[in-house]
Amino acid sequence: MAERSFAKEVRKLKLGEGETFTGEGILALTKALLEAGVGYVGGYQGAPISHLMDVLADAEEILTELGVRYEANASEAAAAAMLAASVHYPIRGAVTFKGPVGVNVASDALANLASSGVTGGALVIIGEDYGEGSSIMQERSHAFAMKSQMWLLDPRPNLPSIVQSVQQGFELSEASNTPVMLTVRIRSCHVTGSFAARDNKRPPFTVKDALANPRSDYARVVLPPMSYIQEHDKIDNRWPAALKHIREHKLNEVFGPADGPVGIVLQGGMYNGVIRALQRLGLADIHGDTDIPLYVLNVTYPLVPDEFFEFCEGKSAVLVVEEGQPEFIEQAFGAALYKSGRTIALHGKDMLPMAGEYTGQVMLDGIEAFLKKAAPEILPARLRAPNSEQKPALPDLSKTVPMRPPGFCTGCPERPIFAAIKLTEMERGKHQIAGDIGCHLFASLPPFEIGGSTMGYGLGPASNAAFDGGGEKRSISILGDGGFWHNGLSSSIGNAVYNKSDGVIVIVDNFYSAATGGQDILSSRADNPSKATGHPITDAVKGVGVKWVRQIDRTYDVPKMRKILDEALTTDHVGPKVIVASSECMLNRQRREKPLMAKAIKEGRRVEKPRFGIDEDVCTGDHACIRLSGCPSLSLKKLDDPLRDDPIASIDQSCVGCGNCGEVADAAVLCPSFYRADVVHNPGKLERLFGDYRTRIITWLQQRRSRGRLEFSRT
Amino acid sequence: MASSTFSPLSARPHDPALDEIIKLAIMAVGGQGGGVLTNWIEDCARANGYAVQATSVAGVAQRTGATIYYMEMAPARERPAVFSLLPAAGDVDILVAAEMMEAGRAIMRGFVTPDRTTLIASSHRALAVSEKTVPGDGIADSEEVVAAAEVAAQRFIAFDMEKIAVDAGSMISASLFGALAGSGALPFDRASFEQAIRASGRGVEASLRAFAAGFEGAAQGRIETPKPASTGRTAADRPSGPEKLIAEWNALSQRAAALPAPVRDMALTGLRAVVDYQDLAYGRQYLDRVEQVLAEDDPARDYELTREAAKYIAKAMAYDDVFRIADIKTRGSRFERVRQEIRPAEGAQMRLTEFMHPRAEEIVGMMPRFLGRWLSSRDGAMRMIDKLVNRGRRLRTDRLLPFGQLYVLGGLRTFRRGTLRHAIETEHLESWLAKALTYRRVDYQLGVETLRNRRLVKGYSDTHARGLSKFDRVMDGVALLAGRDDAAHWCRLLREAALADEKGEQLEGALKTVRSFAGQSETALQN
Repeated sequence: MAERSFAKEVRKLKLGEGETFTGEGILALTKALLEAGVGYVGGYQGAPISHLMDVLADAEEILTELGVRYEANASEAAAAAMLAASVHYPIRGAVTFKGPVGVNVASDALANLASSGVTGGALVIIGEDYGEGSSIMQERSHAFAMKSQMWLLDPRPNLPSIVQSVQQGFELSEASNTPVMLTVRIRSCHVTGSFAARDNKRPPFTVKDALANPRSDYARVVLPPMSYIQEHDKIDNRWPAALKHIREHKLNEVFGPADGPVGIVLQGGMYNGVIRALQRLGLADIHGDTDIPLYVLNVTYPLVPDEFFEFCEGKSAVLVVEEGQPEFIEQAFGAALYKSGRTIALHGKDMLPMAGEYTGQVMLDGIEAFLKKAAPEILPARLRAPNSEQKPALPDLSKTVPMRPPGFCTGCPERPIFAAIKLTEMERGKHQIAGDIGCHLFASLPPFEIGGSTMGYGLGPASNAAFDGGGEKRSISILGDGGFWHNGLSSSIGNAVYNKSDGVIVIVDNFYSAATGGQDILSSRADNPSKATGHPITDAVKGVGVKWVRQIDRTYDVPKMRKILDEALTTDHVGPKVIVASSECMLNRQRREKPLMAKAIKEGRRVEKPRFGIDEDVCTGDHACIRLSGCPSLSLKKLDDPLRDDPIASIDQSCVGCGNCGEVADAAVLCPSFYRADVVHNPGKLERLFGDYRTRIITWLQQRRSRGRLEFSRT
Repeated sequence: MASSTFSPLSARPHDPALDEIIKLAIMAVGGQGGGVLTNWIEDCARANGYAVQATSVAGVAQRTGATIYYMEMAPARERPAVFSLLPAAGDVDILVAAEMMEAGRAIMRGFVTPDRTTLIASSHRALAVSEKTVPGDGIADSEEVVAAAEVAAQRFIAFDMEKIAVDAGSMISASLFGALAGSGALPFDRASFEQAIRASGRGVEASLRAFAAGFEGAAQGRIETPKPASTGRTAADRPSGPEKLIAEWNALSQRAAALPAPVRDMALTGLRAVVDYQDLAYGRQYLDRVEQVLAEDDPARDYELTREAAKYIAKAMAYDDVFRIADIKTRGSRFERVRQEIRPAEGAQMRLTEFMHPRAEEIVGMMPRFLGRWLSSRDGAMRMIDKLVNRGRRLRTDRLLPFGQLYVLGGLRTFRRGTLRHAIETEHLESWLAKALTYRRVDYQLGVETLRNRRLVKGYSDTHARGLSKFDRVMDGVALLAGRDDAAHWCRLLREAALADEKGEQLEGALKTVRSFAGQSETALQN
């Protein structure tokens, strides 16, 4: 079960002709796929399109009703490979994953697919994780489209445009026998809005039809000499077909007056930002009606030079608004203009920054700079004059406001694993540690600072391969359960076994693909009605030949975790030492258990609820516990006591009683400040009787002592 | 290149509809329910005939990190409006900050400007990891954010919306929504806000309570200066106990009350602490020490030296040992405090588990001085004791036997004066105090700073050892400095450096600097 449920929202997928859909981008994309008669869908989760996978999973029933096959693929490569169904069969297929990292993983399959060419429309929906809120390296998926010759759509970021581009993408794909990538940016995925719904369409030819009527054609296989022919086919046939289709169906759009002196060429995804800048410059109205001609590239690859030349006609200068680098579009247009002998001024990255997201201010500054240079008479008078507005001097807060990177949630079962590693390092010295992709990568940040690199999903242990030969201290690598099943089993574990790695591998198993939103995976413990779960990681690891495997079933047991780490670091076993540390993701566990617990308490059943606390008279305010935790519920408070200089540790209401505090305080011999209070709701009769009896004796003892001495109690 | 072949276009008249776009950003910490708040605002605006566009960043940013939600709305027209997907500096009408430093971040990013922005901020703090890990006090100063907000915002509303939400049994998203409604920044009536909550269908009653509290606060235009989270509890002025002892206490407190005014309060606080820790005789000893410092103090300096001495002598005398912990953990007042904190429901029972991890040092420290010293000088004996006791012990203090163990230990405090630990602590105290007084004779302020260095000694076991070592290193540095004009200043810098990080890297750097200018020269005092 994923972190966010769309069970309620997926009902909107059943809307038909004449009804209006209002909701989020990802839901609109799903609806568009159904309206386009898609035959199969799949993908791999990852921000910003994780929720698209969640929507598909929650919509499985609706999909099945329509004869659409839904696959939760093992990786982006697996998802892209699934598009093979569209090579021979006239079936529309769509897969989704994040870009560019997901595209990296998928690129083998995508390149083969692009060489083979497709019969049915093949659509890759890419959540381009670029700019604020992104969790990956800042690159563009654009280069993949260029190198494999796939078409790249970048629709304007509003629901009607996104929905339309799905339909257009399939049509373009079929018209040019080429797979199409459809890019949606971080905010487009979750942008809300409305569009006019149409009826869902059953695929005219389903995957079941295909199985009943199998086809093959070796001309489509990527082998010489067909592969040479396929390359020529790309250039001689598919490319011209695509250009023709794009022009004829007006996939790119032109806005504004026909005779403006200057113009702006932009990626579709930049449209709202450009319009906002023009609105602020007094050059566009609320509906986006603009004084500056705009050439909106809803298709950013391939470019259509003739269409571009037409747009340039009569203009003295154009600005290319292209987010990210390198500036592929600007370079291509520059070359085209030069070769055609035109002299129109081409601006782009000289007015706008080469790197980084095109935020509101960046866009405003860039377009204003362009207009000031190329057509100053267009700008309202107040903008032409130097800015004389007085801004109030603000106090500098840069030293006050702390950084707030993401981190482990309250009660996260991964925290004690890294507390144990940190304690081990305190005792045995610093080790070479490699991280991986997943929540566990937060361990590289304070307070743990464990792991110095991340080379890709499931590649943590593989990235320590150079140290497989061993040395004075063993290398340690971290791998999450998500990464393990994505790629890690072969690339990391298999690699370590074959190369007789001396390293220690810690597999963090939290029962979900947690960082991407709690999707189920092979080793999930939950029953999933349509997927096979419950396949233990230890079985898989042993299956590929790891002999030294230790399973920990409660990660909060820090002493045990340390003991096993010690053993792994010192054993003379030859070959990789694999520790599987398992405990359920607390975010998902709470989501699952909280309502059940509340219900049980209400119904009068016996429920134990743990919570931690700190004795304020015992805590000395040295914060050593926090340096081994970083839990959001473990914070600081000031004590109203003039004798105290430093704030003391304090645990707030959000504590879920995971036990990490007490375990760490004990394992690290920190201090006796922590206590655990288990509240027993609806205790049994006997339990209550004994409890009251004990309380009476204890209270009597306490009062007896108080009566004999002076006490200043804190109240 | 500017074109001259085209007639210059006259810029279209400013579209007044543009001014109707309301731009609203929510800056929150992942997990605060920003998504829920966004949905409510959206539903409310749509119900009022507005076209709305909202965006959010879902992903790792939501895992306790800073995150931002953004929405734009305008009265719906026949043709759709083009809205931006992200906020721009200088172009935000309403900024909702779900935490004080997030308000600061919004100001830093230029989303709060005096010409247009209503800033609605919850004044509570959710501390960032970097603020919490500092061994001293690393909490960022909310006052600076308030000062900036008062300059940057057109309107500023700030109060603790987290607390009112928790008090109402709800989440901060509900009280923020109430504050947004109460601020009047959106042109919608209260009922339509509440309808949005009702329509969402979960925890409606609690959300509405939190909404109402937020609404009232904002409607009054409340600006509360954020206070650091505090336990809200203070030690009692007057003791409880047998009448005879109380009479003696009264006499003793008279002695403290007779001290010069600037010292009085601190000395009384210190006296209470040490009497509570041990007994009245211990209190007398405390006052003896304070008066010893007073005799060397300078009234012209407002008795700063004695005041600091009153504070840190009390802390040094009330050191944390096993007896102390056992005593605190078994007191009735402590059980009461835990109940207040955990608030078990009516009819529910509470179990209490303590986490103890004694080492040989603690055991030997409890022994009579000579036996303890003899044992601690023998490695083999220490190893054996360690083997016997050194492991985590979880004591259920709601049960009779574990409670009894701690209760007896707490009662043994009457023998404290004879223990090894007491001898060590007393020796340390006296040498520190003597050093401070020696410095004071040369440099008053250095004497004061030396007293303050005692702040470095805190924590238990390894942390305590690290604190002691930092204290020693700072004192070594001070020895090099004594006699210089800037000695007190450098002493303070050394102490602050020692409190800045765990390992003492900053202290090492500061000491290096000190050695570079004071190391080789003859100092006035060498002890």
